[in-house]
Amino acid sequence: MLSWLPQNVSTFGGSVDSTIRLIYYIVGAWFIATEGLLLYFVLRYRRRQGRRAFYKRAESIRQAAWILVPAAIVLCLDLSIDASGASTWRTVKETLPSDAVKVQVTAQRFAWLFTYPGPDGKFGTADDVTILGELHVPAGKPVELVMRSKDVIHSLFIPDFRFRQDIVPGRTIDAWFEATRPGNYELGCSELCGDAHFDMRGTVIVHDAEGYAMWLRKTWPAAPAGARNLSGAARKG
Amino acid sequence: MKTTAVVVPDSTHEAAGFWRQYVFSTDHKTIAKQYLAISAFMALVGGLLSYLIRAQLAWPEKPVAGWGFVGPDAYNAFVTIHGTIMVFFVAMPLLLGAMGNFLIPLMVGAPDMAFPRLNRLSVWTLFVAAIVLLSSFFVPGGASPAGWTGYVPLSDVPAYTGAFWGINLWLVALALEFASFLMGGVNFLTTAINMRAPGMTVWRLPLIVWMQITASVIFLLSVGPLIAGAVMLFLDRTLHTGFFVPAKGGDPLLWEHLFWFFGHPEVYVVALPGFGAMLEIFSVFSRKPIFGYRTIVYSTIVAGFLSFVVWAHHMFVSGMDPRLAAPFSVTTILISVPFAIIVFAMVATLWRGSISLETPMLFALGGLATFIVGGVTGIFLGSEAADIYFHGTYFVVAHFHYTLFPTVIFGGFAAIYYWYPKMFGRMMNDALGKLHFWLTLVSFNAVFIPLFLLGIGGAPRRVYTFEAYNFLRPLQPLNIIATYAAIVLLLAQLPFLVNFAWSFAYGKVAGRNPWRANTLEWSTDSPPPHGNFDVEPVVYRDPYEYSLPDATEDWMPQNQPAAPAVAAAAD
Repeated sequence: MLSWLPQNVSTFGGSVDSTIRLIYYIVGAWFIATEGLLLYFVLRYRRRQGRRAFYKRAESIRQAAWILVPAAIVLCLDLSIDASGASTWRTVKETLPSDAVKVQVTAQRFAWLFTYPGPDGKFGTADDVTILGELHVPAGKPVELVMRSKDVIHSLFIPDFRFRQDIVPGRTIDAWFEATRPGNYELGCSELCGDAHFDMRGTVIVHDAEGYAMWLRKTWPAAPAGARNLSGAARKG
Repeated sequence: MKTTAVVVPDSTHEAAGFWRQYVFSTDHKTIAKQYLAISAFMALVGGLLSYLIRAQLAWPEKPVAGWGFVGPDAYNAFVTIHGTIMVFFVAMPLLLGAMGNFLIPLMVGAPDMAFPRLNRLSVWTLFVAAIVLLSSFFVPGGASPAGWTGYVPLSDVPAYTGAFWGINLWLVALALEFASFLMGGVNFLTTAINMRAPGMTVWRLPLIVWMQITASVIFLLSVGPLIAGAVMLFLDRTLHTGFFVPAKGGDPLLWEHLFWFFGHPEVYVVALPGFGAMLEIFSVFSRKPIFGYRTIVYSTIVAGFLSFVVWAHHMFVSGMDPRLAAPFSVTTILISVPFAIIVFAMVATLWRGSISLETPMLFALGGLATFIVGGVTGIFLGSEAADIYFHGTYFVVAHFHYTLFPTVIFGGFAAIYYWYPKMFGRMMNDALGKLHFWLTLVSFNAVFIPLFLLGIGGAPRRVYTFEAYNFLRPLQPLNIIATYAAIVLLLAQLPFLVNFAWSFAYGKVAGRNPWRANTLEWSTDSPPPHGNFDVEPVVYRDPYEYSLPDATEDWMPQNQPAAPAVAAAAD
């Protein structure tokens, strides 16, 4: 069933997927065992002439152990799932990389606006550029999204990155990802935001180092070559 | 034990008129049937909405057969009202309203509910609530398209939806529904606590009564904050206060907390009575005592407590402080333990039983088998890391349908087939019942297994058409399979409706105790008279004493006095 998962092209997507896979195998085994036992009992103990049911109330702990011990095992497995999930969560949601490319995300009914700080590396200056529906990022560099909503709650969802974060009006919410492979990936809104919610889409365009430098040149043609520190891509070169 | 003498109003009026007897009755059994009628009618509306939703998804923007074009606003309204109806106007009226009302007095040996007039008020309040909700389709702007969770500010600022009266009426309907079940809950608790027949100690209560009590307590304690939230939202909408509007200093996350503080316990409010019905049936149809009666009671109570500290698992990616995720993930995954115990106890009850697969048993088994799917898939969503990916996808839709359909629909049908003879005095047809069961089981799975796959593929819920996204287009065949299956699932309910109506007039006369069951409701006439019992029953034993080693019969009614020899030994 997990083969239906889309490709993963983010650095933390693998650890989200490994938590999903861990749960899948644990609950899969329980599912087969419980359903199997249920089916077996129903077939094996169908009513037959002359056979009486076994009178067993299981009021003592000793007898109830038949259900309590499996439940205790469930508890242990649950805690192992929690441990795996918590470490993934800390990486994805509780930490921000320090040397990230910053992009402001503005969600509004029914569009995504991505604002880039320009060569001066600062938001709110004249060289900021805002692009509708296209998030341009370099591959292999962490990207920090500074997200705000103009109206209702939206949620930025990038399936191929295993990325999802609600954006609540009145708050600024930071999130990050790092894409591993250049390409175009769909993004969308996954919180109902009105009649055209289904159409609130966009594209993440992940560039390789060369392509990203080209995009920067094209977007800020007037900027001196040395000033392109907004992304860190120039620094890398 | 101490019992309170109760005078049932009207019980002396043998020749009550038509209105008094069938419409404004105070008899808990008539009121139960009224709840059943409301939930059945609302289920038809909810089912029709699910057909419209599924048809639009399978054949986007094509006119829906028998209806016409469904636009995005109408689609969102259908999704919203489908959810609202199924949870508040089908699940609760069926499992609490109908089953709780019918069974609690009969099972504890009481002549009626503690407050019969309050009971009448509660069912009529629900009736008004249903009318208000349905009328919201016909006001300018249409019914609420803001989702059954009514997230703000979408549901708050009328300009965002264009549904001014639609959302106001939705809120009024919910408020009335809550009032109705608050009154019902007070009645359930008072009756079960104060009106038990002599000998009916709490440890002799049938499990479904325990489950109804726990559900009522959970509901009473959790609904308050949401009522406050609903009032605040209503004020925001009508008097332009700003509780949830950021521009006025309000906070949208507050609504999410208030909603889910109620919304998650609500899941157990409807699930527990469904489990209760299944447990009664497992014991009777396998002729065995429940495996671990007290263990189940304790698990139920623990689950009730835990249900108050799991709500924020709906909010992992909501923008709340991410450090809250881990503790709520732990409590969420912990609550799977009492439910695992209940499921294991159900399976263990079947072990070495003498199982007969009549229709009620098939529905109960089908409910258990499908609930296990809902239970295990909940772990994916309870894990904060996996939820980053699965939140808001069809995986969630499939998961909660696999928890609510088994408990509400399979559990509800199991209960109807099982207690129909007590309610109406006649048996339902078993062959039609089995046809209904198998068609329902197969088509239900055929609807929702594809939805799991859609969710794993990343498909977001509440999306009007999958054609909007390139990555969703290859998944479209799954949508079409699910829709065909949904149509079969809806049509599969026809044998039930036919059976229900036909059996009412022509079913085999049931007699008092057609299933040879132990609990008190089977010791009186079918249907029981006003006042329920000719003489107040006296309870001598536990409810699940089936296949006692030394007894000649394989059952032992709760009100059967101890045999003299045994009594002497006990002395």
